[in-house]
Amino acid sequence: MRNKCAEVIKKIKKDPYMCAGVIITVIILLMIVVGLFWMPYEPTKMSASEKLKGISFKHIMGTDNMGRDVFSRVMYGSRVTFLIALGTVFIGAFMGTLIGALTGYYGGLFDEITMRVIDAMFAFPSILLALVIVSVFGTGWIQLLFSLGIAFIPSFARIVRGEVLRCRNTDYVESAKLQGVSDVRMIFVHILPNIKGVLASSILIGFNNAVLAEAGLSYLGVGSQPPYASLGKMLSDAQQYMFTTPSYCLCPGLVIVLMVLGFSFLGEGIRRWE
Amino acid sequence: MKYIIKKVISMIITLVVVSLCVFLAFSIIPGDPALKKLGTEASPELIAQTREQMGLNDPVIVRYFRWFTAFLHGDMGKSYNYSVPVSGMILNKIPITLTMAIMSFLLTIIVSIPMGIITAKHEGGVLDRVVTVINQIIMAVPPFFSGILITFIFGMVFKLFTPGGFVSYSDDFAGFVGYLVFPSIAVALPKIAMTVKMLRGSVIDEAKKDYTRTAYSRGNNTNGVLYRHVLKNALIPVITFLGMLLADMIAGSIVIEQVFGIPGISRILLTSISNRDYPVVEAIIMGIAMIVIVTNLLVDIIYRIVDPRIGIEE
Repeated sequence: MRNKCAEVIKKIKKDPYMCAGVIITVIILLMIVVGLFWMPYEPTKMSASEKLKGISFKHIMGTDNMGRDVFSRVMYGSRVTFLIALGTVFIGAFMGTLIGALTGYYGGLFDEITMRVIDAMFAFPSILLALVIVSVFGTGWIQLLFSLGIAFIPSFARIVRGEVLRCRNTDYVESAKLQGVSDVRMIFVHILPNIKGVLASSILIGFNNAVLAEAGLSYLGVGSQPPYASLGKMLSDAQQYMFTTPSYCLCPGLVIVLMVLGFSFLGEGIRRWE
Repeated sequence: MKYIIKKVISMIITLVVVSLCVFLAFSIIPGDPALKKLGTEASPELIAQTREQMGLNDPVIVRYFRWFTAFLHGDMGKSYNYSVPVSGMILNKIPITLTMAIMSFLLTIIVSIPMGIITAKHEGGVLDRVVTVINQIIMAVPPFFSGILITFIFGMVFKLFTPGGFVSYSDDFAGFVGYLVFPSIAVALPKIAMTVKMLRGSVIDEAKKDYTRTAYSRGNNTNGVLYRHVLKNALIPVITFLGMLLADMIAGSIVIEQVFGIPGISRILLTSISNRDYPVVEAIIMGIAMIVIVTNLLVDIIYRIVDPRIGIEE
């Protein structure tokens, strides 16, 4: 076991992408996990005497226009962004896989209708689709989570459907069929494990897109409501203070970049793993 | 020809499904448009009368057909909040958003195709490796953040444009396009990175195929093989990708318009969403969907021209 660990670490060290990905992701995750138990300041606590301060030992990312500690808000905000992205990918991947697997496996009229609806959903870029759904459900982070989740279903459904179609005609499916395997078992025990590689990489890409989409939507003001922070919302608040207090705007922005970058480096590293 | 007809029919079906989805989504929302229009102090009789006038008492499907046929005739209904025709509200904003999307699209093509070819040609070289890392980083930057950075660097430090100093296209067209240059860059940046990555991969894959070797063996040099043989095939998946990008860019423009204070479609869309002014939201969504669907059709047709093999086996 220990040898294996050492081997994995050695392999990670050898690939610069993997190495950078692991380091960045660990830093971001650490910030989120530590933020659950401890934050330097209360993220909503205002202080009239400490407005728009730059970077200092007391406030390592400075303070905002209401004297709130930006680092604490970033810790809280990255937790919100991370959870929404995670939830989005979960909903998208779960429902998408289910729909894709069923339509791909059974085909027929059901497939035809579902694919038309999915084509129609594809006509909207996911951020726009999420905006529509938010306007139906109302604003707030739970609504945002479900909107983005629904908006992410079509891409997963399409990918899984394509893969299932490809697997459906393979020999192992034929032979399982001859053994009298039921449809449910066929889909979930025989076919799905064979497409997990494709699924895993689309989940990583999907996660990054979800972080970017969440940030974009909360920048537009449809995500979590004030006084609670979300990274995108912080950026839209900070934009007008860009010239006077660059740290207020740059820090949340950089955290978004790092979050996405970490996972995309990891994805790139995993792709080169073999 | 048969292929195009088939595609057009499929496009119309998609359009109908889109409109149905949009309409149904907005008619299941709780809340009475008549009440919304008149305010909460209106008398019940007046509300009933208005409901009748607005045709709200008809079944959903009847209302849908009425809305859809009117939409096809260019009548997008009236805004709940302002009681003016929706078409008047959005028609003069569409050119702004569309110009920006097209500018970023052209920028993407101009920058990414040469970059993709160069990086693929020198695969593994210093330039290739640097560009690949930069690409990964650019893809991680959300467009609105790069927009903020661009405003700061080019607008405030170098003063190449005035942030918030938007000029309408009817007043000064050159100034209008000039103001849109930097927003277009913000929209285009991540797309350029994606396209370069995609084209590079596609060229490298094609270069490994047998016909490339044959082309070499017939005495072609690298450039001859690349431009006359490989590129033709390598561009095919990139064309599909670019078609999808145009849709993404229109959506991306919505966020970027907010960053740069451009009074395009985005501001109306966002205020209409928060005011629950559904006819306006429906019209904008349908408009964007139509642009996207028609673009997809054009891409399919271009695709077919570039590669006549496609569609034969269908």
